[in-house]
Amino acid sequence: MPQAFQVAIIGSGPAGLSAAARAAALGMSHVLIEKADHLSDTIFKYQKGKHVMATPSNLVLRSDFAFDAGKREAVLGMWDRQLAEQKINALLNTEVTAIEGEAGNFTIGLKDGGTIAAKAVVLAIGTQGNPNRLRIPGADLPHIQYQLDDPGEYFDEHITVIGSGDAGIENALGLAADEAQRNVVTILNRSADFARAKGANVKLLEEAEREGRLIVRRETGPAEVRPGELVLDTRDGQETIRCDRIIARTGSQPPRDFIEAIGIEVTSAERSAFPRLTPSFETTRKGIHVIGALAGYPLIKHCMNQGYDVIEFLGGNRDLKPADEPILAEKFARLPGNRSVDDWLAIFGRNILILQDISPLQLRELMLDSKVHAYAPGELIFARNDTGSSMFAIAQGSVTVEVNPDDSSITVPIGEGSIFGEVGLISGRRRGATIRAAEPVVAVELSRTAALRLLATSPGANRAVTRISIERQLLQMFGSGLTAQDVAALVESAEVKTVRAGEVVIAEGAEDTDVYIVRRGSMIVEKQIGGRAVFLSYLPAGSYFGEMSVIDDVPRSASVKAAIKSEVIRLPGDGFMALLKSNPKLRERALSDMASRRAINAFVESRKGSFGGAVDMYSETAQFLVDNGIGEATDVLLIDEKLCVGCDNCEKACADSHDGLSRLDREAGRTYAHLHVPTSCRHCEHPHCMADCPPDAIRRGPDGEVFIDETCIGCGNCQRNCPYGVIRMDAKPPPKPSLIQWLLFGRGPGPGEAPYAWRKHAAEAEGAERPKVAIKCDMCTGIEGGPACVRACPTGAAIRVAPEKFLSVARLEGAD
Amino acid sequence: MASLPEDNVDMHAARRASDHESFLVHRRMRWARIAGALCLAAFLGYFLIDQQPRPGGGSWYGYTLGTIGLGLIVWLSLLGVRKRNMSEGRWSLKAWTSAHVYLGLSLIVIATLHTGFQLGWNVHTLAWGLMMLVIVSGLYGVMVYVILPSQMSANRKETTRAQMIEALAAIDRQLKQAAQPLGREQSDLVIAALEQDVFGGGAWARLTGHYPRCATRRALDGLPDDFTTMADNTGPEERVRVLLRRRDAQLGQIRRHLRLKALLEVWLFVHIPATIALLAALIAHVTSVFYYW
Repeated sequence: MPQAFQVAIIGSGPAGLSAAARAAALGMSHVLIEKADHLSDTIFKYQKGKHVMATPSNLVLRSDFAFDAGKREAVLGMWDRQLAEQKINALLNTEVTAIEGEAGNFTIGLKDGGTIAAKAVVLAIGTQGNPNRLRIPGADLPHIQYQLDDPGEYFDEHITVIGSGDAGIENALGLAADEAQRNVVTILNRSADFARAKGANVKLLEEAEREGRLIVRRETGPAEVRPGELVLDTRDGQETIRCDRIIARTGSQPPRDFIEAIGIEVTSAERSAFPRLTPSFETTRKGIHVIGALAGYPLIKHCMNQGYDVIEFLGGNRDLKPADEPILAEKFARLPGNRSVDDWLAIFGRNILILQDISPLQLRELMLDSKVHAYAPGELIFARNDTGSSMFAIAQGSVTVEVNPDDSSITVPIGEGSIFGEVGLISGRRRGATIRAAEPVVAVELSRTAALRLLATSPGANRAVTRISIERQLLQMFGSGLTAQDVAALVESAEVKTVRAGEVVIAEGAEDTDVYIVRRGSMIVEKQIGGRAVFLSYLPAGSYFGEMSVIDDVPRSASVKAAIKSEVIRLPGDGFMALLKSNPKLRERALSDMASRRAINAFVESRKGSFGGAVDMYSETAQFLVDNGIGEATDVLLIDEKLCVGCDNCEKACADSHDGLSRLDREAGRTYAHLHVPTSCRHCEHPHCMADCPPDAIRRGPDGEVFIDETCIGCGNCQRNCPYGVIRMDAKPPPKPSLIQWLLFGRGPGPGEAPYAWRKHAAEAEGAERPKVAIKCDMCTGIEGGPACVRACPTGAAIRVAPEKFLSVARLEGAD
Repeated sequence: MASLPEDNVDMHAARRASDHESFLVHRRMRWARIAGALCLAAFLGYFLIDQQPRPGGGSWYGYTLGTIGLGLIVWLSLLGVRKRNMSEGRWSLKAWTSAHVYLGLSLIVIATLHTGFQLGWNVHTLAWGLMMLVIVSGLYGVMVYVILPSQMSANRKETTRAQMIEALAAIDRQLKQAAQPLGREQSDLVIAALEQDVFGGGAWARLTGHYPRCATRRALDGLPDDFTTMADNTGPEERVRVLLRRRDAQLGQIRRHLRLKALLEVWLFVHIPATIALLAALIAHVTSVFYYW
C-alpha cells in the first residue's frame, strides 16, 4: 500500500484546481482526481469561444492560479499551463465511486477498482452530476458512450440513441443531419410519445422520421448489448438490430445523491439544499470538506478563493480571514460604533431571532448578499406601496408601523430582534405599510435570495417567519383595532397549505367552513351557471375568501381554485367566527366585503340570461389569460389584434429605447379571441428567472419591474428557467447613426433593431468584443413617459395591464 | 368569496397609461371634437365675415385660414418623424394618430374655404388637389386599419411569419422525398412547383391574392384523385397529393397574410409621396402669392 496523501481533492474545476495549487505551494502531498480526460469539465463544456466572466468585481482573487475574464479557450489553456508549471499531481480519467474510512485514514474507491488513501478529502465536484449508466447485460462494452461532442465525426455506422429527452433527440438529429455521413440512426423510446422533450424538438424528430432520415422505435427499450448488436425489448417481443455505437442520454445523477451516500448531512429536504458546513468547509463527516458550487458558491472567483482557504485551514492556519473580509468591512463601515466585522457578526447572530441558529460561515455568506443600515429616529425605512422583496431584521433599536394609510399617527411597534418586510418577500407584492425608525436603529436588509436561502437552511428561522407573517397578515387584513392578542388563538390554529395550479381549494356546494388567505400565488373564483363554469374574479395574494359560508352558514356558493402554484393559510371557521363575535367592527367590515361580492354574483346571474355569449366569452378569455401566466404576472403586455396593423413599431421602439435590442416578440405567443399575449416579460410575482442567477443580477425595481443589472455573467440560467421564453442572450450592439442621419442621408440601419449582419459588422469595426448577456423587459424603468411599446403603438392595440384590474367583472358591463 | 387587499390602489397606473381603446375613440374622441369645433368656427367665420373684395385666399380671413391650414399640414407631416423618434416623455403615438386623422379631415373644410371655391388650372389648385389626394388616401388607410387587423389575426392562427416560411420549407423537403418514385411527367410537375418563386407575380397578385400561374395548383390538377383505384390510396401518388394539398393550404395562408399586409400598407405609397409633393406645391403656392402681391 502506497503512502497516504495528506489531501485528496476530487474535481478539477476552479475550486479543485485552486485547492490543489495551494497544496502544491505548501508542499502538502496531494492528489487531484478528475473523472473526465480534461480539467474543469463544466467550463470545458461551454460553447466554443464563450466569454467567461469574472464577477463580482469587488471580490479579491486569492489563489495560486490566475483567472480573469476572457474566452473559454484562453482560461482553460492558462490553467493547463499552470497545472504543469506548479507540479500538481493530477489524475485524469479517474472516477470516484465511494469514500470510506475516517479522518486521517480515508480510502477512496475508484471506478476501475483501484483505491487511493488520503488523510483528508476535499469535494469540489460542482453541481453538474454524472450521467446515468445503462443497467443491462453488456453495459460495460466499449462502444457505449454517454456524451456526444461532435456528431460530424462518425461515418457509415449503425448508431442507436437511447433516451427520449431533449439531449437524446438533439443527438439523434445531429447524427442524421448530414446524409453524406451515411449513418443509420435509431432512437429508442420506452413510451409511445416524447412527453419529456420540447415540442419543437419532437416536431423536428417526427419530420426526420417521415423523411426517412432516422428510425424512431416507440415502446421499445434496450435489453442486452452485444458487440455489433443490440437486443431490443419491443411490444411484440425481443428483436436484435445491428448497432456499432450506442449513445445513452438517460439523464444524470445529481451530486447530492453522492454526498448523501457517503454520509454527509444536507441542510433540508429540498432538492436544492446544500451540505451542512463549518466555517472551515468541513462537512458533518469529519475530514471531508465541500467547496465550490456544491457548497452553494457558483461563481468562479468564490470557488477559487475557497480552494485556497480550505487548504490553508487543513494546513493549520486558523487565523485566515476569508477573502470577503474587506467587503464586509466596507459594508459595516457605515454602522455607528466603529466595531470590527467579527463584533457586528456576533451582535447580529445574538440579537436577531432568525439568525440565532445558523453557523458563522452561513452568517458571513448571508451578509455578503445583504445590506446593513443605520437609521435615525423618525427616519423612513420604506413607504406603503413601495416595491421591494427584501426582508429586514432589527439588530438594535425598534421601529413603528403606520398601519392606517389615512392617519399616520396610528402605529404599531416592532422591537429588537424581530423582522419586518416579510410580506413582500413571501407574496411578491408591494409594501403594505410605511415603516419608520422609532429610536436609533441598526437593521439588516436580507435580499430576496439571501432570505430565501436562510429560510431553506434554517428550520427555526422558517417557523419564526411563518408565524410572524400569518399574524401580520391577519392584523393587516382586518384593519386597525385588532391586537396581536386578539388573533393569537387564530394564528395558533392556522395552517399553511401549498396548492398546485388548478387545485380546487373550495368546491361549490361543499359544506366545509374554513376561511382562507392567499399567502402567495393567486386564485380564481368560478361559479357553475347553466352547466358552465363562469369566471367570477381573480384573487391576488393578500385576499381572503370562504368567509361567506361561515357567516351565513350556507354551502359554498362558488369554487375557488389556484391559478398557479400557490400557498394559502387555512383558518378554522369556528375560530374565525369567535374573532368576529368579539370584534363588532371586524364583523361590519366582513359584512360589507360580502355585500360587494354578492353584487357580483347577482350581476353575473342577471346578465346570464340577456347575453350569455358575452359571459361565456369573458369566462373563456379570463381562463386563456390565466393559462398564459397572467395569474402570476404583475404587469403584462397584451395586444388587441382587432387593432394591431402589424407595423412592429412596438418592437422598434423597444429596441431604440434599450441598447438597440428588442425585448419583445410581437408575433410569437398565444392568441384567444383576438387578444394576443406576445412574448414579453410578465414581471411575475415570484420570478422564475431569479431562481438560479449566480451573480444575483436579477432584481425587482421601484416600479415593480424585474430587471437584470450589469453584473450579468451571461450564463443563460434565467433564459432556461423562464417558462415564457422572454429572455434572450445577445451582445449589445454599438450605437447606430442618429435618426436625422438616416432620414436625410440613409446612414445606418434605421429605426428599430438592426439586422444581425449590421450589428456584427459594427461590432467588428469597433474592435472590442462585447459579451452576450441576458436581456429582458425592464418596463422602461427610468424612462420618462413609461413603457415605449405602449407609447409607440399608433392604433392603441398595445396595452399593459395588471391582472386584478383586467380580470374583473367590470369588463362585462361594456361587453354587450 | 373575497376581499382584495386593501392597499391595492395602483399608484403606478398612470405609468401604464394605456386605456384599452382604439385611436379613433381616444379620450372620448377628444380630437374629433376639437377638429369639429375648428370646422364649425371656420364655417361661421366664412358666412358671417364680409370678405372684401370676395371670399378667397386674398382677404384677411382667407390669410388666416391659409395660415392655419399650412401649419396643420406641416404638423401632420411630422407624424412620420414622431413615429420613428423614440424620445422620452409623456407622449403617445396613439394620441398623435388620433389627432392626425381628425385634424387631417378638418383640412377638407379649412383649406376649401381658404380657396373661396376659386379652383382653376394653376399651382394653387394643384396644392389643393394634392391635399385632397393625401386625405382620400388617408381615409382609405383609416378604413383598412379598422377592417383588416382582425382578419389578419384570424389568418395568422398564432403562427409567426418565420414559422409560416419554415412550415413551407418542411413540406417542401418531404415533397422532394415523396416524389422520388413518381413517373417522369408527374415528377416534372412537382419539380416545377418546388422550383417556382411562390411569391412572384407582381404587385397585382400581391394585392388581389390571385396567383394564376401557381405551379402547386397545376401539379394538383396534374395528379387528380383516381377514384378507380380507391384501394390503393396509400401509394406514392397519394402521398404526394396529400403533401401538395398541404403545400397549397400553407401557400394560401402566407399569400393571404401578404395580401392583408399589402392592403394595410399600399396606401402609404400614395399618402407619403403625395405629402412630399404637397409640401413642394405649398412652397410654390406661398412664394408665388407673396411674389405677385
